[in-house]
Amino acid sequence: MTTTTTLSHAKDGEAPVFYLTEEHDHDGHSTVIGFWIFLMSDVLLFCGLFAIYAWLGGHYANGPSPLDDGHGGQLFHLPVVAVNTVIMLASSFICALAMVETRKGNVGPALKWFGLTALFGVAFLYNQVTEYGHMAEIGATYQTSAFLSCFITLIIAHSFHVLTGIVWVAILAVQVLQHGLNPANERRAVCFSMFWNFIDITWVCVFIFVYLMGVLR
Amino acid sequence: MSPDTPPLDPIFGRLTLDAIPYQEPILVVTFAVVALAGIFAVGALTYFRLWGYLWREWITSVDHKRIGIMYIVLAIIMLVRGFADAIMMRLQQAIAFNGSEGYLPAHHYDQIFTAHGVIMIFFVATPLIVGVMNFVIPLQIGARDVSFPYLNNLGFWLTAVAAILVNVSLFVGEFSQGGWVGEPPLTGAEASPGVGVDYYLWALQISGLGTIIGGINLLATIIKMRAPGLTFMKLPIFCWTSLCVNALIVLSFPFLTIAVTLLTLDRLFGTHFFTADFGGNPMAYVNLVWIWGHPEVYILILPALGVYSEVAAVFSGKRLFGYTSMVYATVSITVIGFVVWLHHFFTMGSGASVNGFFGLMTALIAIPTGVKVYNWLFTMYRGRVRFEVPMMWTISFMLTFLLGGLTGVLCSIPAADFQLHNSLFLVGHFHNVAIGAIVFAMMAAIDYWFPKAFGFRLEPFWGKLSVWFWTVGFFVAFLPIYVAGLSGVTRRTRVFDDPSEQNLQILFVIAAIGAFIALLGVVFFLVQLFVSIRNREALRDTTGDPWNARTLEWSTSSPPPEYNFAFTPVVHDVDAWADMKARGYSRPSEGFKPIHMPRNTATGIVASVLLLIFSFAVIWYMWLVAGVSFALLLLVLIGHTFNYNRSFHIPADVVARTESERTRLLAQQG
Amino acid sequence: MKPHRIIALLPLVAILSACNAVVLHPSGDVAVQQRDLLLYATELMAIVIVPVAFLTILFAWHYRHTNTKARYEPEWHHSTKLEVVIWGVPVIIIIFLGMATWTTAHTLDPYRQITRIAPDQLVPPGTKPLQIEVVALDWKWLFIYPEQGIATVNDVAAPVNQPIEFRLTSSRVQNALSIPALAGQVYAMPGMETELHAVINEPGDYRGYSSRFSGAGFSKMHFTFHGKSAADFDKWVADAKATGTTLDSATYLQLAVPSEGEPVHRYANVDPELYKTILDRCVGQSPNMCLSTMRANDLKKGNGLCRPNVASN
Ligand code: HEA
Ligand code: HEA
Ligand code: CUA
Ligand SMILES: [Cu+2]
Repeated sequence: MTTTTTLSHAKDGEAPVFYLTEEHDHDGHSTVIGFWIFLMSDVLLFCGLFAIYAWLGGHYANGPSPLDDGHGGQLFHLPVVAVNTVIMLASSFICALAMVETRKGNVGPALKWFGLTALFGVAFLYNQVTEYGHMAEIGATYQTSAFLSCFITLIIAHSFHVLTGIVWVAILAVQVLQHGLNPANERRAVCFSMFWNFIDITWVCVFIFVYLMGVLR
Repeated sequence: MSPDTPPLDPIFGRLTLDAIPYQEPILVVTFAVVALAGIFAVGALTYFRLWGYLWREWITSVDHKRIGIMYIVLAIIMLVRGFADAIMMRLQQAIAFNGSEGYLPAHHYDQIFTAHGVIMIFFVATPLIVGVMNFVIPLQIGARDVSFPYLNNLGFWLTAVAAILVNVSLFVGEFSQGGWVGEPPLTGAEASPGVGVDYYLWALQISGLGTIIGGINLLATIIKMRAPGLTFMKLPIFCWTSLCVNALIVLSFPFLTIAVTLLTLDRLFGTHFFTADFGGNPMAYVNLVWIWGHPEVYILILPALGVYSEVAAVFSGKRLFGYTSMVYATVSITVIGFVVWLHHFFTMGSGASVNGFFGLMTALIAIPTGVKVYNWLFTMYRGRVRFEVPMMWTISFMLTFLLGGLTGVLCSIPAADFQLHNSLFLVGHFHNVAIGAIVFAMMAAIDYWFPKAFGFRLEPFWGKLSVWFWTVGFFVAFLPIYVAGLSGVTRRTRVFDDPSEQNLQILFVIAAIGAFIALLGVVFFLVQLFVSIRNREALRDTTGDPWNARTLEWSTSSPPPEYNFAFTPVVHDVDAWADMKARGYSRPSEGFKPIHMPRNTATGIVASVLLLIFSFAVIWYMWLVAGVSFALLLLVLIGHTFNYNRSFHIPADVVARTESERTRLLAQQG
Repeated sequence: MKPHRIIALLPLVAILSACNAVVLHPSGDVAVQQRDLLLYATELMAIVIVPVAFLTILFAWHYRHTNTKARYEPEWHHSTKLEVVIWGVPVIIIIFLGMATWTTAHTLDPYRQITRIAPDQLVPPGTKPLQIEVVALDWKWLFIYPEQGIATVNDVAAPVNQPIEFRLTSSRVQNALSIPALAGQVYAMPGMETELHAVINEPGDYRGYSSRFSGAGFSKMHFTFHGKSAADFDKWVADAKATGTTLDSATYLQLAVPSEGEPVHRYANVDPELYKTILDRCVGQSPNMCLSTMRANDLKKGNGLCRPNVASN
């Protein structure tokens, strides 16, 4: 739909133009909007998880709560989470740098930044795993209470997205090495960066709505 | 039921021979018939050497027309199953009086109504509308294909394997006994420990995934692939309703995904989302599922309303009355449809103001819906109404739908719904709209677009007979159901052992007769197909425009070439094709260019089958199989992204040959 | 077309037999008001539905293809006057309907105390409603009369013209208490309590059942609701007192085991705490496991987004 509307109305007396005589490839020109729509539905998925958390998150069933792990400590460790939030935000920034290089067509620097994005993602996941390892050790599992079911499901859903992002960027790197930054790969990189930012924003929501509001006050 | 209590067989999990109901004659016979039909089909395909053709031209096809047709075929096959269930329920309720237990024990009856609801909604109605949208939309917007042809194929196969999963449950294990929306705690691990609910959850999960994929695809298609000049306010109404439907799909199906996923977690891992203990709350599921469920019924109805708009205009020989109103009405239905879900459970005691609010919102929908009815009415006004089969479906719909809408609005008044809820009156309401609006629309759509899809018209005699029998059958089958509801009969009742109910038997006998009349309607439709295929030469459509229609799909040949349009059309007015005909459009016969088209792919079916195996394995706790199939699934999906060779060009001379063949045909018929 | 006509008459038979449909001929004041509401709404909508049905047939016939005398204007597709009517009429109807919807949502709210016994008869001041605690079990109904100290299974009675206050909960899955002659239904849900206020005006035996599907024994989960004169009701209570056995935690847990088509039986002595512990989901368990205890604890810990919702409806 590029050469269009100028043709729409013929001058008086002339027969109107009813078809285009020129062809153009429109390979992949819907990819970005399609991915946007997909992200919107993913957002709704998280909305649902947040809503459930808002509803049932205060039901501790005699089990641990954010401020009380039942062993004299807190269940949520804000410092760890704050570190993770910084990691997540930083990775988004790095991803943006990668995109700048991608747009310029610089394969090497782009890959370097993408690699670093993934590394930050791995660090984030590592922190998450140790954090929930602690919880499991003191017996705070998804079976304990509705609060923990909601909380852990939300966290796992997010971590799963991070993992997907890491695998994705690894595959993308291989493909860029194979084919360079051709239009298809560039589109994929754009989608990836949208995805990574979305993960980041979701994490900020988790941080604010779950951790901060759970611990403060 | 936690998976780790007894040591499980790593390969077969909890699947044992007992899961196969060989001691139940009905099922054994059904299985034999299905198996025979299967063997026969496989044999025939092999004998006529059709496997390669099927694989290349259909199974791996990314052509939206082929995929649309496959959706509709799937729906028709599943309809047989859904209808068999309906007839069984009708018989049971007609005889289970005066101390008779009927012929179906609770274990069967409860599976049957659940399967019937699930199949009719997910595997008959949804594939029908998705199929029709798939076939029609690109043609109506002057596009060569959809935005994401490969995802289109994947979406279809996901729906298909989900349908297979439901039918597997018939022969291996059992199906859910918790109703079509499967509300816990009844469907929780404690009250339903068997595999039935798991089959249900995985079938919904997979088909939901397929539907979301399809929704994203069609949404992007309508937004991005419209022909030049085809602005939103020139879009055919069917495309408008489809646009809204796909937006609804993308916005509502995530909530189904969550509901189903969390219930799966509850059952599989012992989380406490919807349990009554440990802080869970079943009402959370009820809310989530209806946040999806109510939009879902409008997802089904809106394309139907779009079909009626197309049909009414064409067969009244007139432009649609009040196009702009239609658009606003469609959009309002879409938006309001999101804030009414609570009307499905006024009776849980939410409080007067909450109930009142949702009741008001629901009643509001009657306004835009009414506007639509009026617009069809005034489209006929000062027109020339041709009583072809699609138009007869439309008129029958307009009359039937008035009753269904009226009873729907009655349910929307909370204080009245306290009496009507979960009674057979409600069952009457939704069959009234499901049959009188969705089924009739899809029959109209099939009749209307059949010549476009296959190049010959459907024979009208049997079609008209089908209209009459369906219409009469519907009223005979469901008016008594309304009455039974007002007499205080609850839905999902299997036996009537209360002496005070005995005078109601006559209602159920009449309803059963009605179902058989509707059955004749279906049979006549099948006869119509059969007769038309036999007489296809006489019914052949060489013009590409057998109905003197108004929208772009009729400007190309019947069936359309693979590339739909040799040149991208340019649109100047609503009803582009009517405009082209009126202003002396002449078909281009030279200057053809190579056409860029997407390539077929096997990823869709392979991935879907792997997902089928995975879900079956999880249902039966076959963890080894599950792990392997999941790993393979990931490999296939990742492998697909390494394929950069996804399109090809149809050479200009092939296009020229196809088009000159059409020129010859057009000239021949003068 | 002849055979179709005959078949089409069958629904008429059905409609005629509707004359004794209970929803249209109820015996309790709440149900009577619900019936009147149904009829009012139907009549209101008929104002537009009937003409539309009539016009559909008229237009389809008059503008048929073969009637070349009818006016034909293929380009006529807009008329502002008509559009105003098209949008206006449904809007007006929905406004009237909406007013009825909103007011009745409040006046007929099942949580609301009964204020009138019949159209022209208010509840005398100082009248105390009859308390009935209802537990939906798999698959039978337990009715506890806390004031009378009795309980019944699948059988319930109330004196005519005395307001009744049902409090409902369930043992395991969801059900709904439905006595169409008396009033509309309300869900019964485990761990939650709902209410239904109603009054019966005519003595008689009425059918009651569960209207929310609850599993295999669902179809036989019905009971009889007796409207009785005050004297008969007292006799009914005395009967139960005389013949019944005791209902405590242990017998309750036995009763709660799933069973189908349970016959009517009565209890003379009921543990006064029983209903509360059923609602609290801790019959025969330590009070620490009671929902109310847990919720109280939650409240102490809860904050911010995760405020526990105590009134869990
Ligand atoms: C699209 C939805 C749909 C359709 C078409 C039907 C069609 C029919 N249904 Fe169904 N029904 C449901 C959706 C549907 N139903 C749902 C959601 C439930 C609730 C389940 C639950 O309780 O959980 C239900 C429940 C339900 C019950 C249980 C009632 C109870 O709770 O007690 C009964 C009882 O007899 C019944 C009967 C019938 C009958 C006789 C028909 C038939 O008369 C109608 C005949 C139908 C056909 C012959 C097939 C339909 C044809 C098409 C869809 C188009 C075909 C297209 C081509 C051929 C191209 N239905
Ligand atoms: C195709 C599907 C479809 C459609 C189109 C509708 C349309 C409507 N439905 Fe229905 N509904 C279902 C499918 C559908 N429904 C199903 C499957 C269920 C049950 C699920 C289950 O529990 O298993 C259900 C249940 C259901 C309930 C829940 C009842 C209960 O559980 O107690 C309610 C309550 O408000 C309701 C209301 C409505 C309304 C107001 C409309 C309106 O959209 C109707 C509007 C149309 C008209 C009103 C007619 C035309 C209008 C005019 C001519 C204008 C003038 C009219 C007026 C001014 C009134 N429906
Ligand atoms: Cu239980 Cu709301
Ligand atoms: Cu609804």
